[in-house]
Amino acid sequence: MSVSAPRCLLWSNDEPVVLDDYVSEEPRWCTGCGDLAILAAVQRLCRDEQLAREKIVFVSGIGCSSRFPHYMNTYGFHGLHGRALPVAEGIRIKRPDLHVFVNTGDGDCCSIGAAHWIHAIRYNMNMTVLLHDNEIYGLTKKQVSPTSPKGLASNTTPRGAYLDSLNPMETTLGVANVSFAAQAVDWAPGLLYDIISKAYKHPGCSFVRVLQRCPEYLPEHFDHWMDDPDQLLLLTHEDGMQVTPDLARIYKQQEIHDPMDLNRAREIASMKDRIPVGILYRNEQVPCYEDVLNPAGLFTPEVVRTNIEAELDKFTVWPAS
Amino acid sequence: MNQSAQSRTDLVPIRKPRDEPVHELVLEEFVVEIVSDSGEGAQRCGQSFASIAARMGHGIWTVEIIPAEIQPPARSIEGASGNRIRVGTQAVTNGGDEADLVVAFNEQVLLGRIRAEELKPGCTILLEDKWRSSKDESIAAAYTSVHDQLTTDGFQVVEIPMEEECLKYVADPHRGKNMFALGLMSRVCGLDLELALEQVALTFAKKGARVIEPNQQLLQAGWDWAEANLDIRFRVPTTPAKEPRLVVNGNTALGLGVMASGMDVCAMYPITPATSASHYLSDVFQSVGGVVHQAEDEIAACAFAIGASYAGKCAVTITSGPGYSLKQEGIGLAVMGEIPLVVVNVQRGGPSTGQPTKAEQGDLLAACFGGHGDAPKVVMAVSDIEDCFYSVITARKIAEAFNVVVVLLSDASLGSAQQPFVRPQFNEEWLAPPVDQSPVPEGVTPYDWDPETGLATRFIPGQPNGMHCLTGLAHDRMSHIVYNPEQNHETIRRRSLKLAALQKSLKPPNVFGDEEGELLVVGWGSTKGAIEEAVTRVRADGKSVSSLHLKFLQPMASGIKEVLQRFDRVMAVENNWSDDLNDALVDEENRRYSNMAWLLRARCLVDIDCWGEVKGQPLKPGAIERALREKLG
Repeated sequence: MSVSAPRCLLWSNDEPVVLDDYVSEEPRWCTGCGDLAILAAVQRLCRDEQLAREKIVFVSGIGCSSRFPHYMNTYGFHGLHGRALPVAEGIRIKRPDLHVFVNTGDGDCCSIGAAHWIHAIRYNMNMTVLLHDNEIYGLTKKQVSPTSPKGLASNTTPRGAYLDSLNPMETTLGVANVSFAAQAVDWAPGLLYDIISKAYKHPGCSFVRVLQRCPEYLPEHFDHWMDDPDQLLLLTHEDGMQVTPDLARIYKQQEIHDPMDLNRAREIASMKDRIPVGILYRNEQVPCYEDVLNPAGLFTPEVVRTNIEAELDKFTVWPAS
Repeated sequence: MNQSAQSRTDLVPIRKPRDEPVHELVLEEFVVEIVSDSGEGAQRCGQSFASIAARMGHGIWTVEIIPAEIQPPARSIEGASGNRIRVGTQAVTNGGDEADLVVAFNEQVLLGRIRAEELKPGCTILLEDKWRSSKDESIAAAYTSVHDQLTTDGFQVVEIPMEEECLKYVADPHRGKNMFALGLMSRVCGLDLELALEQVALTFAKKGARVIEPNQQLLQAGWDWAEANLDIRFRVPTTPAKEPRLVVNGNTALGLGVMASGMDVCAMYPITPATSASHYLSDVFQSVGGVVHQAEDEIAACAFAIGASYAGKCAVTITSGPGYSLKQEGIGLAVMGEIPLVVVNVQRGGPSTGQPTKAEQGDLLAACFGGHGDAPKVVMAVSDIEDCFYSVITARKIAEAFNVVVVLLSDASLGSAQQPFVRPQFNEEWLAPPVDQSPVPEGVTPYDWDPETGLATRFIPGQPNGMHCLTGLAHDRMSHIVYNPEQNHETIRRRSLKLAALQKSLKPPNVFGDEEGELLVVGWGSTKGAIEEAVTRVRADGKSVSSLHLKFLQPMASGIKEVLQRFDRVMAVENNWSDDLNDALVDEENRRYSNMAWLLRARCLVDIDCWGEVKGQPLKPGAIERALREKLG
């Protein structure tokens, strides 16, 4: 470990942090962009958890959603298209004291970075991964995405998308070591907050797909789902998400789903007629890669010196005495 | 040195008539090879031989002979697996020229070595003879035919019943024939029997006496057989070493260097010929708190190392050419974000998959200029095994001092070669300092570039008041995205200045030979020993030739142009392609120069010729010598 625990504690903040403290600059997203809802939920989470700003890192790739770290008054890493996850893994490996979040879009995560996504789930390093899924490429101006439904007209599929879409929840739930998978929608902010909050608290790689609107390129794309609350299926459980009576009146379609039930989670993920919202799967027993990979013990300069000398000795040819 | 090497094959080594004295050749150096099918233990035999010689105080250089496949077909020309060992009185700096003595477990692998021009014409061959009586007629015929041809061609072939002898000691001669061969070679080459027996015990220490004893018996049997039957002895005088020395190959030295540098994260993806460095680290890195992360691909390995570096100590990623190409975008990000990073590239033959197990130096220009956009990074090369160790430490320090990417170029010939060097004494200054977690002072920005040097303080997550969003987009002092063209121009200038600042601290390299004269050879990386040996040989004939070997390729130390100008002609020599002006279509206007020649021509405005080979082998001093003589006329 690179930072000694007592020093970390010394610098823990003692003054309460307010919402504005997490705000850096005015977002440059389009009016009505679903990213704004995610930003609001995350800032609220940081405030509610009173996270020290210097201990938070938001890591992103490239795309509209990947501008996210710029808008948080924390540490941020806005890197390469598709590579947010391996960067975040590198950040996490020697820094258990940091809160690591990843913001990635459907192109970033499910297309150019798909290999990293599969393996990030398998590594199960402690971080919160937010998939901002608007089912379209935004920053490059309306190209088809792997999550675009078949038939969707875009600049690269003017006669409609050729293939069935990739379902990120099915994929995630199919990967070994998956420990947390949830789905939210940007137009139900209370539920979004609740799900992100549960994801943050999960000790492992928490994957949250947020279906979000792109008012610029797919303005009516989610209207069908938004206009009718019965299109959402709320997953509730005493160990999962609980719904307030107010929300329960709006979202009547509910299923009591045990987040430990992986088989049912996979069935729910594959639903075509409704959007499941809530925690599909959670298993806190899956080991985190950083805990498995990092050697135990204290590596004081003396230990390091002794062990380097021992390694040198291993290959040393001593002169004949 | 060279002349004695030429005359030694005049002797006819045959089975020794009883009671006749043996012929002992006292030499300054010789080259011995052992080759077998894959899996027959020739590599272990060669490594043990080298260790024994090193313990006696000899200078040694070993070269692994590696087939491309894990299990190539038995008795195939391409399947040769083994080791070449050059043994000298003094320090040995390269693998030398053709071999003087070869031990071969079958005649086909031997053919592979002859085709590769690795054997000296007329050299001594100790050949397993069991094939002559093979029940498979085609094998017996092939053996007889090759044997007769070799004899006709003037090789001194001694047939040895290796398997038959081994069967006297073990039921399965497949396991242990290599130790019999080690005994033979040790006797013929004048090694110390006691040390040889000790070496066997060391080699099998983990397996216990049950394995050690039969192997020692086989070694003794080989020794005794040579004593009784062979008429030739090589002896290289040596004085016992006075200092402890390290005997490792280049990749292990790199791994040791990573440990000793204080880095604590190595992210990699398996790729030949670099992976053995990570194998070694995977075994031992945890003892100093380090981790080796085998990523899902080369890109992820680079990104992981960048993330680890950004949040802590400088990290390293180790790869070879194809992996290096894949990492280029990540390297550009580290340059842009000014994140320290060490990238080790153990080069192999290219382009594309090329020759994974073979030596080449073709990645120099890719390392300097490979990524998109203007991405200034430091490029260094290692020139011997000791250098592999210390250069990693230097690379880490430069990376952290300047917040730059440092690319360290090694290659397949160094990666698996062994050469003893003085055992390093642990030094506190090798290690990286603890990660800075102190609060950032008021008013200091994430990129507070110094106007003269371009240097900025790096903010590390956890530092209060240092919050900012690092970005691969063009950015200003606050790390805000730049939309202003002037600011973009300015920030590229700052990053570029860091290389100028580093360059001011570099010492000009020393000229090997006279400071001025007719011909200067310029090399870099693994070819140093071979070039200097060739220069020494040519100079011994009174010719005016010197050499210059570059460690820093980007930036280059000052004063190099002045050195080049003190010579009538300059020629880059490297393990790389360059067009031949004798080809009908090639002329000065379209000639494709070798990497180093391109670089030096651009840097120094000097007319520079080049010579090289891309045969997948380390350059031999003899081949360079011929090129120099031809150039000198």
